[in-house]
Amino acid sequence: MFVLKVNGDVRSVDVPGDMPLLWVLRDVVGLTGTKFGCGIAQCGACTVHLDGQAVRSCVLPVSAIGEKAITTIEAVGKTPSGRKIQQAWLDVDVVQCGYCQSGQIMSAAALLARNANPSDRDIDAAMSGNICRCATYVRIRAAIKQAATGKAEVLQTIAPA
Amino acid sequence: MKSPVDIGRRNALKFGGLAVAFVWTAGSGTVRAAVNARRQPGDVAAASADGNPAFAPNAFIRIDADGVVRLVMPNVEMGQGIYTGASMMLAEELDVGLDQIKIEHAPPNEALYGMPLLGGQITGGSTSTRGSWQVLREAGAVARTLLVTAAAERWRVEPSRLSVVRGVVTEPSSGHSLGYGALAKAAGALPMPTQVVLKQPKDFTLIGKPLRRVDSADKVIGATQFGIDVKVPGMKIATVMACPTLGGRLSGINDKRTRAIPGVIEVIALDHAVAVVGEHFWAAKQGLDALDIAWDLGDNAELSTAGLRAALGEAAASGKAIVAREVGKKPVDGKLVQATYQLPMLAHATMEPLNTTVWVTPDRCEIWVGTQVPTRCVTEAAKITGLSEDKVVLHNQYLGGGFGRRLETDSVEQAVRFATKVNYPLKVIWTREEDIRHDIVRPMYHDSISALLDGDGRPVWYGDRVCGGTVLGRWAPEAMGKNGLDDDLVECVAEVPYEIPNLKVEWVRHDMPEGVLVGWWRGVGPTHNLFVVESFMDELAHTAGKDPLDYRRALLQKNPRSLALLNLAAEKIGWGAAPLPPRVGRGIALGEPFGSRVCLIVEAEVTPQGEVRLRRAVAALDCGIAINPSSVEAQVQGGVLFGLSAALWSGITIKHGAIEQSNFHDYRSLRIDETPQVEVHRVDSEDTPGGLGEVGTAIAAPALANAIFAATGVRLRSLPVDRSLLAEGAGALREVIT
Repeated sequence: MFVLKVNGDVRSVDVPGDMPLLWVLRDVVGLTGTKFGCGIAQCGACTVHLDGQAVRSCVLPVSAIGEKAITTIEAVGKTPSGRKIQQAWLDVDVVQCGYCQSGQIMSAAALLARNANPSDRDIDAAMSGNICRCATYVRIRAAIKQAATGKAEVLQTIAPA
Repeated sequence: MKSPVDIGRRNALKFGGLAVAFVWTAGSGTVRAAVNARRQPGDVAAASADGNPAFAPNAFIRIDADGVVRLVMPNVEMGQGIYTGASMMLAEELDVGLDQIKIEHAPPNEALYGMPLLGGQITGGSTSTRGSWQVLREAGAVARTLLVTAAAERWRVEPSRLSVVRGVVTEPSSGHSLGYGALAKAAGALPMPTQVVLKQPKDFTLIGKPLRRVDSADKVIGATQFGIDVKVPGMKIATVMACPTLGGRLSGINDKRTRAIPGVIEVIALDHAVAVVGEHFWAAKQGLDALDIAWDLGDNAELSTAGLRAALGEAAASGKAIVAREVGKKPVDGKLVQATYQLPMLAHATMEPLNTTVWVTPDRCEIWVGTQVPTRCVTEAAKITGLSEDKVVLHNQYLGGGFGRRLETDSVEQAVRFATKVNYPLKVIWTREEDIRHDIVRPMYHDSISALLDGDGRPVWYGDRVCGGTVLGRWAPEAMGKNGLDDDLVECVAEVPYEIPNLKVEWVRHDMPEGVLVGWWRGVGPTHNLFVVESFMDELAHTAGKDPLDYRRALLQKNPRSLALLNLAAEKIGWGAAPLPPRVGRGIALGEPFGSRVCLIVEAEVTPQGEVRLRRAVAALDCGIAINPSSVEAQVQGGVLFGLSAALWSGITIKHGAIEQSNFHDYRSLRIDETPQVEVHRVDSEDTPGGLGEVGTAIAAPALANAIFAATGVRLRSLPVDRSLLAEGAGALREVIT
């Protein structure tokens, strides 16, 4: 039995200790916003926060979490950086299929929380673990900058909000 | 100013790509539905399930008495933005705002939601917008006409005196006004109009505007339900392994260790695959890993990529060809240029691994899945369960990427087979490894292309002998041409944008061994052929000693629309304006795929070690009317990067009959730190919309290969990019291989 702090709630889960957090969240707790993409920490679709740090939940055994606070896509909007990132994602209209975007947003929110004004290089470094097969990367970059500066990024076709 | 449209009149549409293959039944299901159906789906039970809308004039629109406007999406949403585009087409003529609508997935129903261009309820081939452009606007106009007529009758005025803004009908002189909700019931009792009036483009209030997507709000908070997220009470979760050797069979299992794992419920076997069912995915996965499985590898046990390539090359050299198009005669004189191009098999690697949830009971089969082919899934499930199709209920879901993979029903069929063996709802999730190893891959190709140049270096003839397998021949054999031709094989080479007086394009059909299935992959025929044609155009320019831009310009003098794109892309990237650094090059590619026109220029740097860095990509696009310019930009950006990703890294290889790649570490995908800026410049036009979802992908690889040639002088005639040929000092090797 493990006692987890998930999005501010306390959840007791009766699962094996080697079970990755991803599957605890999806199949036991019932939070399906966090996605399965690869199972080997290669794609970032499963990214969640542990005490604000972005981690790949598909390879994180539940026994390793301890007291740390888990934040998922469902609740990241309650943090200042998460809220800004989600709003910028909407303003810039980043998503396509959307399957990877939970992970993208979690990685971006963690970046913004520790670096209020990330450079292109910072963005590349923080986001290169998140694959998007629709390749929404151009807009992801624009959205992170917009979230950081509050200034509308000039896309070719989208007028500022 | 509006133009009247007779209901039933259809514009002749220019097809492209996948669509060509389906012209055989250019059906009119949606058209009929748009004008005849009074209440859809039609019977009392279905209407009840649909919430008994007060007004349901056709398959796509329901307006409830409380004024909620529900739009039913005939296509599926897999990222391409069709839910937004289709909503804009409906809402434009219905005169409601996108913030006033609710979106619903269409149920499987060929008569109501069959795509005119594909002859079935299929999302693919960049046909959704092209096929729906007339139908959905007419559906919106029919609904609006009925609602306005209801208001006019109530107020005893001429309908022409009324105006509509955001779903509210107003009579200006009296000040009467009523919302659609209040008019819905009366409108539902009116007879269908025989004619409706569609807006002129200058009167559009939604179409042409860069509106934000209708599906974003849920997607950024993790609330969108994809197939993999479905929850059914009592559901158990399984993961599967099919014989890694393609076409092999299960010969035995020892599940002793599996059964000892907590959370494992049972092990189920089919002829070709085994599933472990668990309380959660982790138990199922642990259970599968612990299983001892014996496979009968079958006939493909010794199959290898090298062997498949050799057989393909042999067929290309000596196989019997079908002539797809021949114009004029091959002149006797001229300088002959010849080249052979080879393309690899490709996996789709959608972000959402394949999955299906199925619940089979004695009298019903219920399926939850994100699929591009809902009705084909129903048909296959009915065959497997022995139930009639009306007992198979399929709930379509948002798709976490499609790229053609979800045009197949294999994973759904497999899940249904497993589900028939249990008495609870079963969610079957493929691991990423299973998803790659049992992809239905893009075929490999071997093409011999040649041209004769006149004294000025202009081509006076070209010939292309395409060799590869057919997807259509398996997928819809009845759609093959009478002479056995699959148009997909020659799309974008049988016809080229350039003025070349004589040509001969032929196809040698060479199918893979049984068990090795090939399927549609984003960009289909054009992705294959544009790499060959546009790389070869660069070779011709080089042979003629001309700049690749000038060379193409000279051949486009009678094609002003494509010439304009070539010039626009060249201007935006600054072609020839300043010298580029060493080992940096720009490559042009131009094409007319999917009813659109596109020119892409890629700027790339090749490091001394042979690594390729993308610096910039500039696309110029003419897609007719751009329904949503923001979506157009996103599709071209994403499509170009998807194509560049494949050109840089992707190739499926086979060893001992099994696909060697398994996950994102060995089936690489472009990442953000490898992504250049991608500019998309549109040439506006009032032509009917062209396709978009695959345009960027189809044009990407040749632009990259041409940029690499400009940077290094190395002509890449196969994909993915072979770095060993590009390193400085690789000249000796280059002599041997190229």
